[in-house]
Amino acid sequence: MSDRQPAVAVDQTDERLLQTRGVRGALGSFLRSARAGDVGPLPVIIGLLIIGTIFQSLNPIFLSSRNLVDISMDSVAVGVISLGIVCVLLVGEIDLSVGSVSGFAGAIVAVLFVRDGWNWILACLVAVGVALLIGLLYGVLLTKFGMPSFVSSLAGLLAFLGLQLAILGDQGSINLPFDSALVRFAQLDFVPAWLSYVLAALAALALFASGYDNMSRRRRANLSSSSPQALVVRSVALLIGLELVVWYLNQGRGVGWMVVFFAALVLLFHYAFTRTGWGRSVMAVGGNVEAARRSGINVRNIYFSVFALCSMMAAVGGILAASRLASANLSSGTGDVNLNAIAAAVIGGTSLFGGRGSAFSALLGVLVIESIASGLTLLNLNSSYRFVITGLVLAIAVAIDSLARKSRASHGRA
Amino acid sequence: MLSLRGISKTFGAVNALTDVDLDVEAGEVVAIVGDNGAGKSTLVKVLAGVHAADSGTIAFDGTEVQIHDPSAAIHLGIATVFQDLALCENLSVVDNLFLGRALGPWRLDQVGMEVKSWELLQQLAAKIPTVRVPVATLSGGQRQTVAIARSLLGEPRVIILDEPTAALGVAQTAEVLDLIERLRARNLGVIMISHNMENVLAVADRIVVLRLGRNNGEFDARTVSSEDLVASITGATDNVVTRRTGRLSAEADSTKDTSARREGEAK
Repeated sequence: MSDRQPAVAVDQTDERLLQTRGVRGALGSFLRSARAGDVGPLPVIIGLLIIGTIFQSLNPIFLSSRNLVDISMDSVAVGVISLGIVCVLLVGEIDLSVGSVSGFAGAIVAVLFVRDGWNWILACLVAVGVALLIGLLYGVLLTKFGMPSFVSSLAGLLAFLGLQLAILGDQGSINLPFDSALVRFAQLDFVPAWLSYVLAALAALALFASGYDNMSRRRRANLSSSSPQALVVRSVALLIGLELVVWYLNQGRGVGWMVVFFAALVLLFHYAFTRTGWGRSVMAVGGNVEAARRSGINVRNIYFSVFALCSMMAAVGGILAASRLASANLSSGTGDVNLNAIAAAVIGGTSLFGGRGSAFSALLGVLVIESIASGLTLLNLNSSYRFVITGLVLAIAVAIDSLARKSRASHGRA
Repeated sequence: MLSLRGISKTFGAVNALTDVDLDVEAGEVVAIVGDNGAGKSTLVKVLAGVHAADSGTIAFDGTEVQIHDPSAAIHLGIATVFQDLALCENLSVVDNLFLGRALGPWRLDQVGMEVKSWELLQQLAAKIPTVRVPVATLSGGQRQTVAIARSLLGEPRVIILDEPTAALGVAQTAEVLDLIERLRARNLGVIMISHNMENVLAVADRIVVLRLGRNNGEFDARTVSSEDLVASITGATDNVVTRRTGRLSAEADSTKDTSARREGEAK
């Protein structure tokens, strides 16, 4: 009797609904939503393919596993900062000081760990703690004084750059010892080959398990659910894709622990955005602050939490950047770090206007930016070209976002 | 059940509300009517905790209460559907229904929320094709339904509807009026603000008139005439509206007279 299902699920009773069944149905609804402008990460993935093709044809080293390993390791610091930027963008705010905060945090760790001989964990905790206070300060300035975040963080950009210079002192540069845990983590620690395959398989398994759990619970509640075939297809596709990537990276030095750390952070943020009440509140504040306030959401705490998370992620990114360079100096976190982190989030598909975006946009966006940087370096072009091209890509990404938004509005998909 | 006494509220130099009294019982629809600037929306905002009253008392079930912020009002069991509906267009119907009170804060119970959403929408006989699309895709009447359904989710005892039919077409208006009658049948106290006399007379039990921030009469909806209401809203028997009706009826009388005379002459 267990397979006795009513003819129509509760959420499929309205006769106006289009019916989707099986793999074909899932594919059809995907195409329909893509045409309507609900493109998701599609443009970025196409962009990555184009970038890969162009640079590979110009220099065959580009897609070599050695270079891809380098790109993956170089992406992490900016990617982590970009995750924080996604948080503030989701509530429709901005933090322009992430570069300075990352440089400041790197300097704090270098000073405490190298010059004062502290334990490195303690030094990192202090740096992240300072960043937490910085984020809360932005929160207070916004909620108590109504100061727009782009002004307060612009002021912060300058102020924390000054503090970074002040604590680095006259030498202006502190080298981290190569045998320290931080530098090893950022440069030398790679996942053993067997473990990397296992981790990739676990990721695919996790997708299948959560999808299956969701499906069976929806079945029990007599709601429509995606077909099991579609779920299997997706999980197997992810499994094959991930194993291929891991296999290819393992032809070079392999998958860095730092990359695994970044991937874990992305998944953690994805969970927080999509599966927690906090994530819903963040999206609500980004969509309509007044509605969120009237529904009893503590809007002030949401602002505090996103600014604190953003600054803390900037600090973590700054520590990773300093570790990767094995040095904290006057130019850490300056230059294009700020813009790269923000551009990565936007290129990856997080809206500048709040309420739309995902943790994966940080991952995809930073891959685009680092691929371009790496490709241009391989061509021996200097940073002037990199700035121009990154700027162009950012402009294209925003244009696609705006067009997709218009199309969504006219197709009633918001 | 809910009673307000002597509520006053000033904005700068303007007395938005002066000594306003209001009572609502369970299973009763009270309509608040008044011209623009009569203080209707301010009164709603005082009840919803958006503005605090400067003076006056609010009693709920006989005990005096303070409503400092929106969550205090929700906690008391006063739910408000604002004129702008206060929905997040980027979120789905389910997420909007459970805005601020999501089930399972650390691991959202999405299935449970969807099941409850369907139960609620079916109780209200709402016509929403699917609850997993963003609210931006819904029509005006459907959004109004979602906003009302959301206010019911916290098991409120008083529900306040600010201009529930203002932006709606004929069929949607009728649906919302049906909805209000269903709310009354569930023994909720309903406060309804409207400019539309026809709608007010159709569903309200009692009609409270505000004028320039003061109480200006209270009527039984079964017996009151539209003219009395208009007179009370505009504040005088001599005004544009009464002059117009007076003139029209006078013209009607005179034509009647002339035709009667003609009939007499014909004989």
